[in-house]
Amino acid sequence: MSKPRTLAEKVWEKHVVRRAEGEPDLLYVDLHLVHEVTSPQAFEGLRLAGRKVRRPDLTLATMDHNVPTTEFGLPVRDEVSARQMDALRKNCEEFGVQLHPWGTIGQGIVHMIGPEMGLTQPGLTIVCGDSHTSTHGAFGALAFGIGTSEVEHVLATQTIPQSHPKTMAVTVEGELPVDVSAKDLMLGILNRIGTKGGTGHVIEYRGEAVRQLSMEGRMTVCNMSIEGGARAGMIAPDETTYSYLEGRPHAPQGADWERALEEWQSLPTDEGASFDKEVVIQAEDLVPYVSWGTTPAQTVPLDGEVPEPQNEGHERALKYMGLKPGTPMRDIYVDTVFIGSCTNARIEDLRAAARVLEGHKVKEGIRAMVVPGSMRVKQQAEEEGLDEVFQQAGFEWRNAGCSMCLGMNPDKLSPGERCASTSNRNFEGRQGKGGRTHLVSPVVAAATAVMGRFASPSELGVLEGV
Amino acid sequence: MEPVKKVKGKALPLGYSDVDTDQIVPSDALKRIERTGFGQFLFSSWREDEDFVMNKPEHEGAVVLLAGENFGCGSSREHAVWAVQDYGFGAVIAPSFADIFKNNCTKNGVLTVELPEEVVQKLLEAIRENPDAEITVDLESRTVTGPGVEESFEVDDFVRYRLLNGLDDVGLTLRHEEDIEAYERRRPSYMPKVL
Repeated sequence: MSKPRTLAEKVWEKHVVRRAEGEPDLLYVDLHLVHEVTSPQAFEGLRLAGRKVRRPDLTLATMDHNVPTTEFGLPVRDEVSARQMDALRKNCEEFGVQLHPWGTIGQGIVHMIGPEMGLTQPGLTIVCGDSHTSTHGAFGALAFGIGTSEVEHVLATQTIPQSHPKTMAVTVEGELPVDVSAKDLMLGILNRIGTKGGTGHVIEYRGEAVRQLSMEGRMTVCNMSIEGGARAGMIAPDETTYSYLEGRPHAPQGADWERALEEWQSLPTDEGASFDKEVVIQAEDLVPYVSWGTTPAQTVPLDGEVPEPQNEGHERALKYMGLKPGTPMRDIYVDTVFIGSCTNARIEDLRAAARVLEGHKVKEGIRAMVVPGSMRVKQQAEEEGLDEVFQQAGFEWRNAGCSMCLGMNPDKLSPGERCASTSNRNFEGRQGKGGRTHLVSPVVAAATAVMGRFASPSELGVLEGV
Repeated sequence: MEPVKKVKGKALPLGYSDVDTDQIVPSDALKRIERTGFGQFLFSSWREDEDFVMNKPEHEGAVVLLAGENFGCGSSREHAVWAVQDYGFGAVIAPSFADIFKNNCTKNGVLTVELPEEVVQKLLEAIRENPDAEITVDLESRTVTGPGVEESFEVDDFVRYRLLNGLDDVGLTLRHEEDIEAYERRRPSYMPKVL
């Protein structure tokens, strides 16, 4: 019998185009996602070398980082953003790449549209010039972020040279408490493994708590793998995965579905396979978290307080965040609440936040916005009437994009502005120069918008699961 | 890519840990569609503070950047490497690097050197004391020499070969086009297509 293998090893082996002693493996890329920020220099490289895109049929582009989320059809006011969006449009036209541009129903954050089109499937290799490509690992795909030189390489060759990663298992045993969301699960993992706990590794998330997550929740978890330094994050495909995929536009159909399913069912890690590193967490120990500092690992329970600094880095973080050790998190007031990003702007996230907001109002003086991850999510939410719940509560209801997750478009924080955000990074200046970001789940963000300070849904009398 | 064998000169003692690519080059600067001109944005928020180490005249002209652990974490933006390189740095020395940043460096000829924490600390202290002291990163001999320090470092053989010879990946891979074609012939037909 052959040696037991992990999910990551199986997917890797199926994609080796060429293996040579002393060289990285050359892997085939099944799906290459492209957006406007990290691609212009790559297309320019192709042009200079007289090369083509090898497989336009495996390449998909959209606009997300720069797009305004307020109006459609008007010229983009920021000329530099407009130039970048225009460059993508021209490049896609010239090289025959399918583009879902700003203002169309197919547009959205690049990591939203792959799954919703059914293009993200188990066992694929997926790359994108974006570190949150790990999101697609939720389907059992090996998906990772790459730099612009690599974008050019994949465009030209549909392959990527990669050195072997190490494997890491993060097992979350037992059931999550009812008030703990997928976001909290991941913040809890990051708090334990740190910002470089996953460096050089592909993480596989396992255990009952992970198995019980919906596809949306699994994407939230895998999305933030990079915040732990991991090269990728993966979850083995199962019935939850298959039922999410079945019937989506690009999912296999008929006999192809049966063949694909057989293949997918062979992917989960074999019993007895070993990982280079293992972490076990008890789900019952997890709680809702809020970040206090400037890395996603710097979190405390919502019931906790700002910690005493342990080193010079913590001191810098506290100074930047304008916080004093010992302050209860629930006593910290915010100026802004942002529900959005590739971490938490899927339909389930919006439903959960809307459930909390039903019958409540955003506290006076607070800027609250919800930015669906894709135009299709927006459409679905409107069909379900969620837009009305948000707007009646006092949230702005926007069009799809990366929005305030990264401050490359008009949605930004001002210096000193404090924000409860469902995004993935609380780095200095991430949401706008001088802005102060606290990472939270969608339901904590919603409750915080109502109370004006960090709060849990239970404070609003919402006790159901998240 | 130009071949790179050795980086020698003054160093900038940054020392911070978990420096993310948003700090190295803020997202506002990513809207450019060129590969050049990013040096002006390097650590631009921190540079607004006149006490920030990069603003000290004694460190002007540094070619080696000394940092803390997990340098280059966060976003995959290669613009971070372009900023480091365009500003004039040829090598970064740190106890550890984030994977994507490190990989992006190899595509541009910027050397990333991992040395034990205590050695990096020793270099930081030495450079703070004597900003004119020089550090040499020698890729051929895989060694770092600096004030009171002579240390070897690890580098992947293939990466080293590529850097020493200035080879670009696309050219290397296209030599194996037959292998790619063969792989494509055996790819199952049910795999998804965009078009």
